[in-house]
Amino acid sequence: MKLSFNNKRISGILSVLPENEVRFLDEIDNYNFSEKQSIKLGKIMGYGTQRIVDSKTTVSDLCVFGMNYLFDNQLLDKKSIGAVVLCTQSPDYFLPATSNVISGRLALGEDVISMDINQGCAGFEVGLMQAFMLLNTGSIDKVVLLNADVLSQKVSINDRNSRPLVGDGATITIIENSKDDDDIEMFIKMDGTSALSLQIPAGGFKLPSTLETAALTKDDSGNFRSLDHLVMKGDAVFNFVQTKVPAMIQEMFDTLKIDKSYFDYYLFHQPNKFMLEKLAEKMKIPYEKMPNNISQKYGNGSGITVPLNVCENIGENALTNSYKVCFGGFGVGLTWSLIKWKLAKLEFCKIINY
Amino acid sequence: MKEKVIKILTEIRPEFDFNEENTGFITKGMLDSFDIISIVSDIEENFDIAIDGAKILPENFDSIDAILNLVENTNVQD
Repeated sequence: MKLSFNNKRISGILSVLPENEVRFLDEIDNYNFSEKQSIKLGKIMGYGTQRIVDSKTTVSDLCVFGMNYLFDNQLLDKKSIGAVVLCTQSPDYFLPATSNVISGRLALGEDVISMDINQGCAGFEVGLMQAFMLLNTGSIDKVVLLNADVLSQKVSINDRNSRPLVGDGATITIIENSKDDDDIEMFIKMDGTSALSLQIPAGGFKLPSTLETAALTKDDSGNFRSLDHLVMKGDAVFNFVQTKVPAMIQEMFDTLKIDKSYFDYYLFHQPNKFMLEKLAEKMKIPYEKMPNNISQKYGNGSGITVPLNVCENIGENALTNSYKVCFGGFGVGLTWSLIKWKLAKLEFCKIINY
Repeated sequence: MKEKVIKILTEIRPEFDFNEENTGFITKGMLDSFDIISIVSDIEENFDIAIDGAKILPENFDSIDAILNLVENTNVQD
């Protein structure tokens, strides 16, 4: 599916990361593998440090904290907000929508639309798509896109395949109507036949959490996790990324009649160092154009990795410069998406600690 | 080449004798997807090749012959 939009701009991005930092090497004894094996895998995958919330911090806490920072520092006028779109897989409640909770805590008022979207690693792109459609109504001039997750709470600390990768946090992206008529081209695909390749089996209505689902069991590889924990079919997800994403990049080049040199940056989701290196290698995209340091420094925070990538790797340069960028997200769903856009003269682009 | 591959596998999963058991690595649960990543990294380093990400499939790591075939069919790095 290809979608086209125009007359939109990102006016600011704020990343909110929990202050608590966890080091892979400090947790190596939690895993049922030799230290040598774990260190070796850690170097390949880029296991480094992660930002992890405490057990009481929720998605709404991170988002409200960031929004209040923007209000307090006159970076965002509360009255200008027309809609709040939250992409998360770790909502505060089954119901109500966490975006409504956030709207209430911020006293945004009754004329602000709030909606949750259950998306993960492509959550930034899917959230942008929703923001564009709201802006196209003509009744809304500014949308706040919140990407936030605290999935560390749903990963077993004895699972070496997932625990060292996960990261928590939130990003706030302001999208507004603009006179800039640069085309925004979006490519998006979803494969529901592989939906369970990445899942948390228990805790929903299909299989409610019980004492039985909370029991840790050992998998074939030696990792311990329960049905309440996130689990991934690693080989299927890896192959999906290595086959579907390059094909979509090529489709984008062919359709838009551009080549890989067109973009200043490929700001992609960062599941782990190895996967992104392989992707860059396959597409022959220089590593400097495809930053690959987020999962190693902060952990894989699902939908936050792309906007966090902007804050970390472009940062204040985005306040004065203009960049041709390709946003890319891929993961749970399975969902994969690319957006050709421009980042120009943002009003803020930074990371704060919660 | 075969000896090198067996050495790589043994370093990653020392509990198995890859000289004796040389097939069914995935189906028997001897290797998982994260072992495959370690194997790819070691093979690339040892044979100076870059394995295409799309070829990092379980079936290409299920036996010694499959791994040798993958190495032989991967071009030397430019």
